Amino acid sequence: MAHRDKIHDILRQVSGKEIAAGPEESLFDSGALDSFMLPDLVGALEQEFSIRIPDSDLNPRKFESVARIEDYLATRL
Amino acid sequence: MAFLKAFGAWLPARRVSNEEIAARVGCDAAWIRTVSGIEERRFAGDEETVAQMAVNAARDCLDRAGGVAASGLGMILVSSGSAERRFPGPAASVAHGLGLAGVPAIDLPIASAGSLFGLALAAQLTPAYGNVLVVASEKMSPLALREPVDRNVAVLFGDGAGACLVAPGDGAGRIVDSALYSDGAFAADLELAFDQPIRMNGLSVILQASRKLPRAIADLLAANGRTAAEVDAFLLHQANRNLLVKLAQALQAPESRFPSNIARYGNTSSASLLIVAAEWSASAGFRSGVPVVMAAFGAGFHWGAILVEG
Repeated sequence: MAHRDKIHDILRQVSGKEIAAGPEESLFDSGALDSFMLPDLVGALEQEFSIRIPDSDLNPRKFESVARIEDYLATRL
Repeated sequence: MAFLKAFGAWLPARRVSNEEIAARVGCDAAWIRTVSGIEERRFAGDEETVAQMAVNAARDCLDRAGGVAASGLGMILVSSGSAERRFPGPAASVAHGLGLAGVPAIDLPIASAGSLFGLALAAQLTPAYGNVLVVASEKMSPLALREPVDRNVAVLFGDGAGACLVAPGDGAGRIVDSALYSDGAFAADLELAFDQPIRMNGLSVILQASRKLPRAIADLLAANGRTAAEVDAFLLHQANRNLLVKLAQALQAPESRFPSNIARYGNTSSASLLIVAAEWSASAGFRSGVPVVMAAFGAGFHWGAILVEG
């Protein structure tokens, strides 16, 4: 929950729309993100949280929902 | 030193529109254009095999090289991820089709990035073998349309072949440096198993390509004291128009420096790099001292970049 507002801000920036998906809902299946927005999301997370996400962590499932993004960030912050 | 002497290409005559493919796989034609930039692709006929298309592209390349005879080749490298049989690969048949016997012909079964790997290898081999012909030929249509059809895959691919003559003495462009990479950690995200349709995790492929390819290009340029702003043309594997746009943004280079024919041919896997290079060289071409980058990313994952100077 700690970073939920920031994550929503980033998702809004990247997708250009409000994110209606619930925290556990797939951002891909709900249409909030497509394959060309995902690299932008990863880049924005790196910038916002001052982290470097290694290629080995570039598994789309890690970024599939707001909750999964929170879980991933918890391992890196 | 190794030089790119000439490029060549060959495309099947049959054009397949988005409307035709959309009706076949059950999607909207406009959606195909939006998600890929593709408007049509070419499909090979039954007689147009991987080897035959490769021979056609090879002959076009040798003609454009000023009529170099096939007998002047010291080695042939043939890239294809869509060869019709497990072995032998098409390389020996391509050599035979060019009237050669005894010239070493090596298969590179590397989808998408195979022609790039072939060029980088040819640059190292040409001092020993003389003229090395790199050919890439792909007959993707029967594979992309295998049942059960995945429309996200089926709409992308087309058939075709490209070629490049790498020579030790002189040529239009000098290969300055190259960088090749492979990482099998995500091999299952883009694969073609025997008798199965192509399986692609598009999210993973685009994510990895969007990160790895600009980094490979930027590192190669930096290692050679060059910047993206100096590059005349970025000749890239034509995977998806939206990916090319994203790569241009990442490299902070204008889209106009990324020649693209994906609207007309779709994704022809490893052939696409040499086909787009053949079209670019016919309309623009190398300028003295000006850098050009060739780069590709594909199943494996295999990726990399080559720096060439006119």
